[in-house]
Amino acid sequence: MTVLPSTRIYEGTRIPHPVPTILEVDPEKHSLEDILTVNFGPNHPSTHGVLRLVVDLDGEAVAGIRAIIGYLHTGFEKNMEAKSWWKSVTYAPRVDYVSFHANELLYVLAIEKLLGIEVPRRATWARMALAELNRIHSHLVWLGTSALEIGAISLFWYAFDDRDQILDLFEMAGGTRMHTRYVQVGGLAEDLPPGFSPEARKFCESMPKSVDEYEAILDRNAIWLERTKGIGLLSAEDALALAQSGPMLRSSGVNWDLRKNMPYLAYDEVEFDVPVYRNGDVYDRYKVHMDEMRQSVRIIRQCLDRLDETEGEPWIADDRKVVLPPRHELHTSMESLIHHFKIVTEGFTVPEGEVYVVIESPRGEAGCYLVSDGGARPWRVRFRAPSFAALQATATVVQECLIADLVAVAGSLDPVMGDADR
Amino acid sequence: MTKYAGVPGVIETREALGETTLVVDPARLVEACMFLRDEHGFNFLSDIAAADYLGWGEQEVAGYIGTASGRNLNEPGSQGLAHVPAPKPKRFSVSYQLLRVGDEPVRLRVQVWLDDGEAVASVIPVWPAADWFEREAWDMMGVPFDGHPNLVRILMPEDWEGHPLRKDYPLGGEPVRFSDED
Repeated sequence: MTVLPSTRIYEGTRIPHPVPTILEVDPEKHSLEDILTVNFGPNHPSTHGVLRLVVDLDGEAVAGIRAIIGYLHTGFEKNMEAKSWWKSVTYAPRVDYVSFHANELLYVLAIEKLLGIEVPRRATWARMALAELNRIHSHLVWLGTSALEIGAISLFWYAFDDRDQILDLFEMAGGTRMHTRYVQVGGLAEDLPPGFSPEARKFCESMPKSVDEYEAILDRNAIWLERTKGIGLLSAEDALALAQSGPMLRSSGVNWDLRKNMPYLAYDEVEFDVPVYRNGDVYDRYKVHMDEMRQSVRIIRQCLDRLDETEGEPWIADDRKVVLPPRHELHTSMESLIHHFKIVTEGFTVPEGEVYVVIESPRGEAGCYLVSDGGARPWRVRFRAPSFAALQATATVVQECLIADLVAVAGSLDPVMGDADR
Repeated sequence: MTKYAGVPGVIETREALGETTLVVDPARLVEACMFLRDEHGFNFLSDIAAADYLGWGEQEVAGYIGTASGRNLNEPGSQGLAHVPAPKPKRFSVSYQLLRVGDEPVRLRVQVWLDDGEAVASVIPVWPAADWFEREAWDMMGVPFDGHPNLVRILMPEDWEGHPLRKDYPLGGEPVRFSDED
């Protein structure tokens, strides 16, 4: 890992003191009589959900800020404790509904680590291909909405058109467009259908061209540049101290990607580059997102090659205590029927222990801490949400911003409120 | 074992499933964290996860939690645990998931054990990122953090009673406002 030589974004640290997440109005700089406190959200078209920012304004300048979350708290973790391991997988993608596949994968990987179950190669390649498709999906949603908020309306329609093609691929694989529950403990719910690979390759042909088009729309747009360059600064040091991850970290000059630095699945067997920028502003976050989409297409192509090679191989582990038996066996085999019945009603049991599994989700370091007491239900499920961590940086990145910049800056943190509030 | 020799206040070192856990004396937590950050390069606090172990190792069964009016599969005779899990020292655990962002990346879990209401020092001076993580642990589990400058609820409303992720907090137990019973 290297930290790129910074162009000195700012001197020292900007993390507020004593509360790192609250920027207090400095009475020496601003006459308190001139301060106007405004609620920005929770229901505001440009807050990416139900984020509430309490902003203290001195004229148009942001003098103080406090992010308030919790408006989308749904108690996923509590609910999952009450369901069997088998059923609780359904909840995981709904936590971060934009990177649904990544969350589902994360939760299943954590269960598999506790179980010590071996996953067939074909399933791993399919999971990776879908994970990268999901990354592009998430970045497209980010790009479309963030650009929309600062006035580049047309981009929203282009981005959502491409996003739709990804959802079509997910529908092809898992039957539903989002929250597929396609990843099962031990592998996949079903094999990828025969038409998946050609369709995905078509997408891989069109997607890089689309990214070029997006950049053509934005990179020479004076308004876009004006509103993103030099706005929302975050230095590498502050980013690490505030546990920022993913594009937030890579736009601040830290060359850190879990897929490269601590590989999981089979990321050590594919070729890709990690885009790093070093100005730590909204524009560089946008550039990281764009480059990552190109790299994801590269990874998908390699995964599809491996999927074609492993055609006909098993896509789920052969462990009857954990994995549902093949449907056709239920009519002829008593044991299969019993196993099916036991897994669906009581669920499988997971050995006692605790694990913390982390993957590079589209938003960065997404972690899952699991505790099992050896029973059929999780004792404790906890998600380390990258959006939650990203929002902690609000008070640091908005310094020297105007109220109009706030929209661009809040968007650039890429928060998904379902992920932050869980 | 020797890799983390010299970390202050370590009570126990566990290796399981490829993960290292240092159980630390709560009174010396900040000291230990400072040492790990400065001497071992753990510059990134990935997460703080609290867990409640009330009722750990008692009868459990898959399926539904019984309610006063509904069926209760927790009755003896239904499937229980295959074996009783190892007892825990205290009711709550707080796990600090550390990460070294650097050339030799490694993860480490620092764990403290606490009784109900027992406070542990805030690690905000070590990693500012602890702010919201500690607030969430307080909100959801009721673990107080000494020295936290703004320890208020984060996910639940300010006037909420109880800490929802505790094991004695019922599922679906929140009062339904404007229902007929009021």
